[in-house]
Amino acid sequence: MSSHATSVHHAEAPKGWLRHYIFSLDHKIIGTQYILLGLSAVTIGMILSVIMRIHLAWPNAHIWGFAGGVVSPEDYLRVITMHGTLMVFFVLTTVPQSGFGNYFLPIQIGAPDMAFPTLNMLSFWVTFLAMIVLVSSAFVPGGSAISGWTSYAPLSAVGVIAGPGQGLGQTLWIVSIALFCGASLMSAINFLGTTIDLRTKGLSLMRMPLTVWGWFITACLALLAFGVLLAACILLLLDRLAMTSFFIPSGEMVSGVLLKHAGGSPLLWQHLFWFFGHPEVYIAILPGMGIISHVLSTFSRKPVFGYRAMVYSLSAIGFLSFMVWGHHMFVSGMSPYSGLAFSILTLVIGVPSAIKTFNWLGTLWGARIQFTSAMLFAIGFVSVFVTGGLSGIFLAQPALDLYLHDTYYVIGHFHLIMGVAAIFAMFAATYFWFPKMFGHMMNETLGKIHFWMTFVGVYCIFMPMHYLGYAGDPRRYASIDAVHYLARLQPVYLFISIAAFVTATAQLFFYFNFFWSIKHGKPAGRNPWRATTLEWSVPTPVPHDNFAGHYPTVYRGPYEYSVPGAAEDFIPQDVAPEQVAKA
Amino acid sequence: MGSRKSCAGSAAPAVLLAIVILLLVGSTLYFHIAKTWWFPPAITPVGHQIDQQFFATFIVTGVVFVLAQLALAWMVFKYRDRGQKARFVRGNHMLEVIWTTATLVIFVGLGVMAAHAWGEVHFGGPEPGALQVEVTGVQFVWNFRYPGTDGKFGRVIPKDIDASTGNPLGLDSNDPASKDDIVSGDLYLPVNQPIELMLRSQDVIHSFFVRELRIKQDTVPGLVIPVHFTVTKIGDYEITCNQLCGLGHYHMHAMLHVLSDADFQQWEQKQEAQNAQ
Amino acid sequence: MPHTSATEELEIIDAGGRAKPPSDAGGDGDGAGGRSAMPQRIYVTGITIGMAAILMFFMAFASAFIVRKGVGSDWQAFPMPRILWLNTLILLASSVTIVRARHFFTRGDGEGFRHWWTVTTILGFLFLVGQLIAWRQMVISGFYLATNASGSFFYVLTAAHALHLLGGIVALLYVGRGKLRRLTFATATEVTSVYWHFMDGLWVFLFLLLLLGR
Repeated sequence: MSSHATSVHHAEAPKGWLRHYIFSLDHKIIGTQYILLGLSAVTIGMILSVIMRIHLAWPNAHIWGFAGGVVSPEDYLRVITMHGTLMVFFVLTTVPQSGFGNYFLPIQIGAPDMAFPTLNMLSFWVTFLAMIVLVSSAFVPGGSAISGWTSYAPLSAVGVIAGPGQGLGQTLWIVSIALFCGASLMSAINFLGTTIDLRTKGLSLMRMPLTVWGWFITACLALLAFGVLLAACILLLLDRLAMTSFFIPSGEMVSGVLLKHAGGSPLLWQHLFWFFGHPEVYIAILPGMGIISHVLSTFSRKPVFGYRAMVYSLSAIGFLSFMVWGHHMFVSGMSPYSGLAFSILTLVIGVPSAIKTFNWLGTLWGARIQFTSAMLFAIGFVSVFVTGGLSGIFLAQPALDLYLHDTYYVIGHFHLIMGVAAIFAMFAATYFWFPKMFGHMMNETLGKIHFWMTFVGVYCIFMPMHYLGYAGDPRRYASIDAVHYLARLQPVYLFISIAAFVTATAQLFFYFNFFWSIKHGKPAGRNPWRATTLEWSVPTPVPHDNFAGHYPTVYRGPYEYSVPGAAEDFIPQDVAPEQVAKA
Repeated sequence: MGSRKSCAGSAAPAVLLAIVILLLVGSTLYFHIAKTWWFPPAITPVGHQIDQQFFATFIVTGVVFVLAQLALAWMVFKYRDRGQKARFVRGNHMLEVIWTTATLVIFVGLGVMAAHAWGEVHFGGPEPGALQVEVTGVQFVWNFRYPGTDGKFGRVIPKDIDASTGNPLGLDSNDPASKDDIVSGDLYLPVNQPIELMLRSQDVIHSFFVRELRIKQDTVPGLVIPVHFTVTKIGDYEITCNQLCGLGHYHMHAMLHVLSDADFQQWEQKQEAQNAQ
Repeated sequence: MPHTSATEELEIIDAGGRAKPPSDAGGDGDGAGGRSAMPQRIYVTGITIGMAAILMFFMAFASAFIVRKGVGSDWQAFPMPRILWLNTLILLASSVTIVRARHFFTRGDGEGFRHWWTVTTILGFLFLVGQLIAWRQMVISGFYLATNASGSFFYVLTAAHALHLLGGIVALLYVGRGKLRRLTFATATEVTSVYWHFMDGLWVFLFLLLLLGR
């Protein structure tokens, strides 16, 4: 099933700074470009969330950069829309998959590069363009869109009469996302083609690291989901620009203007969007799950507990993710019978996630745990994933969703999974793979400070949001002044905001550590973690074609740690059985 | 970092983790039991059912939450590197079967239990003789319409909508049935009577939510969505909008006044008298 | 066989010999020759995967079509432009001709290959022209893009298909040019024809959807 690839034409890196660093075809450079793009997006996204929290804690606070100094309701909605869009698309969909996946998938499977290097480069630059278009929407007349990252019609479809930012700003949002869809589809083709065809000799499917499984199944989801979003965006654009009525019903009277559209269905947008949207959130977390399994095993010095179960559960999550989208629409006006069906399927999809959690705990059981920064984030991931996952059990029941839908409970839930767990996985990946990428170690002390401040901080931010939800605090409110029962929640808002500021500050340790260590970190050897997978068998820095012409043969699974009878507590995948030192 | 002869690592990270997790578990349990920020009491029978389902879910997930977090903290402490050899275990097939089945049964079981309350709200119609009230969301107010003495809702024409002349719903002045329709900015309901709300929207998607009813329903332009319930407690309750509808989403606010039968009839008569003028 | 250029290869075919580019067998990797560092099968995998993505894109439109027809009370049936029947035949014919072209290629008949490959390309162009005529016919019968949702879907579906077909025509032209860099001719013709048949089948589906659902 596997094939080799000749190395001769790939061994030489291209000359010239432009071809080498900017328009590179090398998956390692492209992966780094995606990571840097994600880092910029998360920085902007985090600043936006800090602005949100300042405004919510002190509604009349003067913030630099806003007209009149104060965050107006439309500004607030622009901030949350941009925050959500940047974070979901340009951070969570890019970095774990196209960032780390691009960098390490080919190496972990013994390939010289991705299957389609030119397509790879193209997908990065289209993503980059998409981000430029999105950010530019903040600077056009009317400002950026205010309809949230979910952009529900008709609010997003009828144009500027629905609100500021809904003119050119909303159009640019749609164009940006459409571009992003195209880029993601190209990337998915690359990941799938590479994993299917370019695995080195001996690397059967059940010997692939779980990181590779994570990237593979994520690519399947992306392949099948992004086309649907692209179609939805095209229809929305036509409603806005060409007077079609896909999503706009008859008799629309918006701001005193009677629209001539007729017969469209706002719910159709939701169905199309969430058919994409639910797989999308699994796209955000699946690579992270793979990375966590990988890191937990490495620093437990034990195989992943239940490797097969992990593969099956990743696959089950992927498969089921296409069948649960209606749980975002329980109160939307969708048929309540459909609601029940979606509810049961949503509860079922919780099962493979639970299986993974049990298996992570099983990996830690009987282990020999080394508390590196990467490992701390992996352990933290398990904790926040449990918390965030369990609140999903409430939301999966429509009877309970009647109360909790569109409240801060939901914000707490998805932030714990996407805004914390997925991010923790990226941190773990960074601390873990940094030595291979840059030849230097990150500073462990700074890493630990970063972890502890962040771990405590995120719980202080997002746990109280569940309580706000119980109190009935609606989402996307620019202010809680107008509703009597919300006034007493102001102290909670203050607490969350302060926790947010502390947590944001904690990230400075990470930024500094990352950029400083590239040049000044302790020099790293080839395999500082004594790990088993193929990326640790290649030199640092990694040669242009990854293996300097000598493609490995794989003899065993990816997590052979503490094997009885072996001299070392790890056996790399590419060491022939007769070469393994015996105790 | 990890040869077998290395000195044992410090217990500090494990202890710190245990402390954080204990704080997490403790505070979570506290705020849930003390109900510091909590649901207001329910005022509908289905609301009480929903509360029971919430409680059942809370117990189940609470137990799992506490056990899982404590297990994590304990494992991390017990199996920190003290120079021991890690156990070479690939997995346990029987365990996988057991915890998969248990999880499936518990999760789906909760879902099946919750179906009843959901059905109460959405399956089947209201009881016969229910009072019908039309709820219309528009950027950024709620309008409530009663059929009046003729028991019929008059026709509505979108192009006649003009809030400034007192016709926010666009009632057709040529339709006799619309003459006695009562339009109000707040929702008045009689206690202990079946109610059917007909939810509509003029422009974008809004969402009608009253915490004490335990009912939330999006109002979608182009659709009329019915919701039925009976209120069992007199009082004043707040109505909020729960779907992002634009600038004024945060102040799209109205009041639900639940009145005794007598008070409600008095209110209705007063409105009809004002209409006649 | 040492490093062979694409034109040389086609000339080899012309001469009646069988071209066997070194890395075509998808394998072995130790050789010091090889047009490409990647095995040829990745291109077949790639196009298959790509087709799945494209299919989902069109399925989204198709399901939107069905839902919109179901919920909207204002659906107006549009008259199916007459030329579409001819267009469908043209596209089906082009699938036949591309099969013939590949048949000649396998037999080493470069002349026959080029002839039928060109016929396929021309038929593809004719189809696109026919689609433009179909749009004209829609406009004449009063259905512009926004006149009614039924017509809107007609334009969206046919335009999306035409754009994807144009991609196929670009591939046909590129292969017909006779100079390939990373792919062998065997792979390139296989990949192009798989995509072409997909475009054909997709068109039949869309045609029936519009015909029966309009």
